[in-house]
Amino acid sequence: MTPQTDQPALPPMKPDREVGIVGYGAYVPRYRLPGAEISRIWKDGMGGSPVAEKSLPGLDEDVVTMSIEAARNALARADIDPSQIRAVWVGSESHPYAVKPSSTIVAEAIGAVPATLAADMEFACKAGSEAMQAAIGMVGSGMAPYALGIGMDTAQGRPGDALEYTAAAGGAAYLIGPAGESLAVIEATYSFVTDTPDFWRRAQAIYPSHGERFTGEPAYFHHITSAGKALMDGLGAKAADFDYAVFHQPNVKFPQRAAKMLGFTGEQIEVGLLSNRIGNTYAGAALIGLTAILDQAKPGDRILMVSFGSGAGSDAMAVRATDLLAERRDRAPKTEDYIARRTEVDYAVYARYRGKLRTK
Amino acid sequence: MSVSQNWRLERQRYRLQGEECPHCGAKIFPPRDACPECAKPAQEPYTFVGKGEIYSYTTVIDGPLGFEYQSPYVVALVKLDEGPIITTQLTDLEGEPEIGMRVEMVTRKLRTDGDEGVIVYGYKFRPLLLPEA
Ligand SMILES: [Zn+2]
Repeated sequence: MTPQTDQPALPPMKPDREVGIVGYGAYVPRYRLPGAEISRIWKDGMGGSPVAEKSLPGLDEDVVTMSIEAARNALARADIDPSQIRAVWVGSESHPYAVKPSSTIVAEAIGAVPATLAADMEFACKAGSEAMQAAIGMVGSGMAPYALGIGMDTAQGRPGDALEYTAAAGGAAYLIGPAGESLAVIEATYSFVTDTPDFWRRAQAIYPSHGERFTGEPAYFHHITSAGKALMDGLGAKAADFDYAVFHQPNVKFPQRAAKMLGFTGEQIEVGLLSNRIGNTYAGAALIGLTAILDQAKPGDRILMVSFGSGAGSDAMAVRATDLLAERRDRAPKTEDYIARRTEVDYAVYARYRGKLRTK
Repeated sequence: MSVSQNWRLERQRYRLQGEECPHCGAKIFPPRDACPECAKPAQEPYTFVGKGEIYSYTTVIDGPLGFEYQSPYVVALVKLDEGPIITTQLTDLEGEPEIGMRVEMVTRKLRTDGDEGVIVYGYKFRPLLLPEA
């Protein structure tokens, strides 16, 4: 059942000009719904939850407001004039408008207007790393001094569905710029996609559908390990050469198994594995794992990030922390600061906050 | 308020952009092109740092049309560190706020024009995420 991907791997992707992360910022809203609450409502409290709890946005939050805060955190860690940002890309599956870009609102709010490219990206949970890839290409070609790539979601699961336990809210923003100003340099990337119908949502549908057993082997594991392996092979690197790794985290078990398949230890993925405490933040999931790692990595540390988006594909990125990282990271709230800010809600409050109650 | 009126207020609402008086140095919000301190013309844009303290507040139980989905909510007078006092919603509160409490600016959804209209974004204030150094 493996898709037609037995062609030999191509070399990793690398821009002409060396680029890196000149600023990064995380965001997680403060509300948490324990898995036990969902189980209480739909399973009479029987059966476990794939995560302890998930994050959900407040009534006045959406992908735009969350992206603005993450972008401001990224800017706080960079020493740049926001008008020098020539591209703002927001990757999400929960943009507040069907037509009208989230990215222009974010660009306006942070002062990155008007000489700016702006667009919304959509690729299930891979939309955020896709935005980062585009920003790397934009800066790496010399077309822009700086470009902003964001992955942010306020994901919704159908009430009672298995995905309701994990569909969560959060994400991260990455400001890409010249390697010399970077907190972490991009070593290389590798992108890998096939047409695999594991998960989808039609235009007018509120909740997504999924291909049940189709989501594991041929989708998540095949794409993550293919992209990760091709990148490591291309760099001549082994799992042991990396200090940290983060894989798309739709739950806790999938990234643990993907790590094992690629030769990584539990220790290497521990810092970036946040899904048990915040759930699956979709387009933000791999990206916010990386912010948690950057919050504590030492100069010279190498990090592998591999995203996954249904439909399906993965972006693998190898980054290396620089001396600037330790100097700049305290300028904005850390990933753990947002995770620690926690207000537990019950299913009734969740149902109201997520618009699951009809009032007319 | 119409779509175009909201649009003209974007900078002020999204970034807390006001003015600085070139004559006496007063920081002005909302922007009004004349200094309330010395009455001289003042049109230099100034972006406020976005921190201040609660001067007074009240809780709105039944919000007006467009705000009903966020009710109940707290409206406060916040004294910005640069001087001006502004009216704003508080957000991300846990329990009652306190007079004098330090708060910081965030950009949030202010209201929506029904299911098909525009979403209006703007500043609100929340308790400080991190303690001040
Ligand atoms: Zn004056």
